[in-house]
Parts: sequence; C-alpha cells; structure tokens
Amino acid sequence: MNFVGSLFRSSIGRKILMAITGLILIGFVIGHLVGNLQVFQDPDHINGYAQFLRQLGPLLWVARIVLLVCVVIHIWAATVLTLENKAARGPEPYAVKHTIRATLASRTMRLTGYVVLAFVLYHLAHFTWGAAQKDTFKDNLKHYTMQHEYRFAGFPVVNAGTEVDDVHSMVILGFQNAVVSGFYIVAVGLLSFHLLHGFDSMFQTLGVRSSRWSAGLRTVALAFCLVYFVGNLAIPGAVLLGKLQPRTASVAAAQR
Amino acid sequence: MVAENTSSPISITLRVWRQAGPKQPGKFVDYQSANLNPNMSFLEMLDVVNDELTTKGEEPIAFAHDCREGICGTCSATINGKPHGPGVGIATCQVYMRSFRDGDIVTVEPFRARPFPVIKDLITDRSAFDQIQQAGGFITARAGSAPDANATPIPKGDADLAMDAATCIGCGACVAACKNASAMLFVAAKVSHLGLLPQGQAERDRRVLSMVQKMDELGFGNCTNFYECSAACPKLISHDFIARMNRDYLKAVIRSGLSPESVSVGGSA
Repeated sequence: MNFVGSLFRSSIGRKILMAITGLILIGFVIGHLVGNLQVFQDPDHINGYAQFLRQLGPLLWVARIVLLVCVVIHIWAATVLTLENKAARGPEPYAVKHTIRATLASRTMRLTGYVVLAFVLYHLAHFTWGAAQKDTFKDNLKHYTMQHEYRFAGFPVVNAGTEVDDVHSMVILGFQNAVVSGFYIVAVGLLSFHLLHGFDSMFQTLGVRSSRWSAGLRTVALAFCLVYFVGNLAIPGAVLLGKLQPRTASVAAAQR
Repeated sequence: MVAENTSSPISITLRVWRQAGPKQPGKFVDYQSANLNPNMSFLEMLDVVNDELTTKGEEPIAFAHDCREGICGTCSATINGKPHGPGVGIATCQVYMRSFRDGDIVTVEPFRARPFPVIKDLITDRSAFDQIQQAGGFITARAGSAPDANATPIPKGDADLAMDAATCIGCGACVAACKNASAMLFVAAKVSHLGLLPQGQAERDRRVLSMVQKMDELGFGNCTNFYECSAACPKLISHDFIARMNRDYLKAVIRSGLSPESVSVGGSA
C-alpha cells in the first residue's frame, strides 16, 4: 500500500496525522507565546520582533502555509474520525452512560476544539487582518521608531532608527477591551485544556508512551499546560490590571 | 457499590433490554427479583429470573454464557453502563449479587457496537472479531513433530509481555466500553502477542496491516486515548499494547511503501 495513502485512509494513519500536525501546532503556540511575552519588555523588543518576522518575506509565507496545512489536516482528520466514531456505536445508544476513567479533558476535545478554532479566527482578524477592532490595528497607529537595534538569536536584524509598526501599542490597546480580553483568556484556558489531552495522546499515538513513564509524562503535560496558560494569561491580565500601558506618543494620538 | 459480604437476601429491580430478533425493535422491561442470595452470581440470578419467566409462560431473557469462570469470553452484558458490570478485571460471570444493594435498579444492556449486532436480548454477534483474527492473527509454523522445548530462546520479559497480551479472551468488552466503539485494544493484544515472539516475526508487518485494515472495514471506531477499554477489560490488558500497535503499524507502513523489493522474476509458471 502507498505510504502517504495509508496515512490518510486508515484509522491509525489518520491518528498519526492528528499527532504530527498537533505536534507542529504545539511547537507554534510555544514559539508564539515566547515571542509575545516580549511585550513586557521595552517596545523595541516586540516591535523589532514583528518587523523581523515581516522581513522574512517568502519564508514567513512558507511558515504560514505549513501552519495552515497542519490546521486543515488536524480538523479534517478530527472530523472524519469523529463521524466514524459516532457511526460505530450502532443504532441504539447505551441507556446508562458510564465513564470509568476517561478524563474530562479527553472527553471534551471536540468542544474545546470548536472554541479554539473560533478564537484563532478572531485572533487573526484582530491582529493580522485588521478586520476586528480596526481603530487600534497597527496600520492605523503611528509608526514606531526603533530606539535600539533588535537582535534575534544574537544577530542584528532590525536597525535602530527604523520606522516599524507599533505592535506593542496595538496589543495593549486591543486588550484594554475587557470583553476581548475575557474571550481571549477563556479561549487560551480551553486551548491549554485541549493540549492537556493532546500532549499526552500524541505520545500514545506515535507509539512511544508506556505505563513505565506515563505518570511522569502526565505530570509534564500538566506542568506544560499550566505554564502555557499562565504565560498567555499574563498579557491580557497585565493590561486589564493597568500594569502594561502604551508608552509611545503615537498612542496618545490614536486614543484621542 | 460493593456491599458488605452478607447472607441476608436482597431484592432488585432488573431493567433488561428485550429484543426478539436482529431486525426487531427492542425495549427495556423491568422485572422484580426478590429474595436473592447475595452470594449467587449475576448469571445465576438471571437463571432464577428466567425460571420464573418460564413458569409464567413468558419468553426467558436470552444471554450469552459458557464457562462461567471468566476464561471463555462468552458472557457479555453491560451492567449499569459498564461492560461486565461492577468490579475490576472480571467478566460478567464473576459478578456476585452482593455487589448490589437491596432495592437497586440494575440496568442490563447488550454490548453496543455497530459491528456487534444484537441477535436476541443480551446476545450480540461478535464474529467481527473472528474476521479480524482471520485477517492476520496467526503464524506460519512448521508442521510435524513437536519442536525441542528450548530451541528458540525468548527473553523472559518478552515472554511475560506476550502472555499478558495473550490473556485476551476476545469478549468485546473493550469495544463495548470505548466511547467510540473502537476495537483497538483487542487488535493490539492480538498483534502484540505474536509480534513480541520470534515465531511471529515472519508475518509481523503483514499482520498489523491486514488486521487494522479489516478492523477499519468492519466499521469499528477510532481510538481517542480515553483508556476506558483497558479499565473494562476482564483481563486488564494494558493500553500500552495500543501504543505498541501504533508503532508497529507506522513501521510496517513505511517498510511496505519504501523498503526495497527483490527484482528477481521466475517461477509462478
């Protein structure tokens, strides 16, 4: 049987696709969070970082396409597998529903997945497309002038004095809306919950998990999800508590 | 759930799925069962209820049973939502009435899965498992006189692990307990118990590919790593075997698609 065909057609193959695309997406959300936590530093950092990503040009598009393909495969596999699962129970459901030990996280993967998808779409509309909360979108804010050069992995990538988009102000102004921040916090909470089962499951599906170290794996998954949630909570939380304020003159102009 | 070990009789309401045949509609029917010895087995209780039904001229409850000592895998009811009822690592025939309290309503359903159609009442057709076995759950062995006892060295750990997998009695509780009616634990046990041993190596890749393909064809669901299967298994077979099967499957798929094949032609005249 054809190698790629088996992955897309068989039950275990589709699960392997779920696991591999999930792994890539977990890698992305970790990188995304680490990048965003630069908002707590001087505006040079996150603005320089955003400019650096833009400067990647075609490479940025390669990354975007890989992520989009992962999301599409992840959702496609989940949909196909779930429809098969529903059909497999047969015509008559159990009258008494009983769960022996399946975790709440594992049983709510589909629901948390829906919320995460809705959140990802809003998040893109908010910070990438500028379709939501237009007045605080980076295109509508005054440019920011880099005070120092921005270095990525030790290499200077954006020079001091460069005019760049003011992502720092966009993020803070965006999160000053309590409804948006609230949705964001709930969504990343549910994403962390989704990852609690996903992280653990990935090892089982790829065939490397065993009961000799599964308790340790579970602990690592729980710690990862907690750290990931707290990291994501920090940004809107700090904005709502007034700990993070827009610091540039351009913002004062935009707020008027 | 489990009552004190007692000898005072109990009475329960038995809520049983009654279905006259595969194409007939089914429904739950309540039966009062009074004055039961708490130390009788669940199947003996059904025998008592059936005696009463027969005396009254009603159709007895059809249920699957054979050895009544937990090794044949024939008994198969879902009791209060859990395949093989309360208790851990036992089959329905090993459930005793002392596990219930006086006055309990006990709901008894057949194993529910599309590949396990109901034949009558609590009896399901589990021959789908036989079809999966026939697809690859065997080895090619030298026929003739018995081989020398220690001719094939097998590490103790491998032999023990293979034995753990081989304890599968093919009852179908894993499918019944799985929220997705997946047969992954059964197939994993069968794939692993041969795959762990030297005698199973010749067909190892072909076995996992064929058995998984047959499992998919028969309409079983897909594993979502709930681990309900191994918790309901009367032999407590670990879901570690599912991870092993996933690994075996991935390797087999890669090898079957990419490893070199002989170019020699000839024969098959």
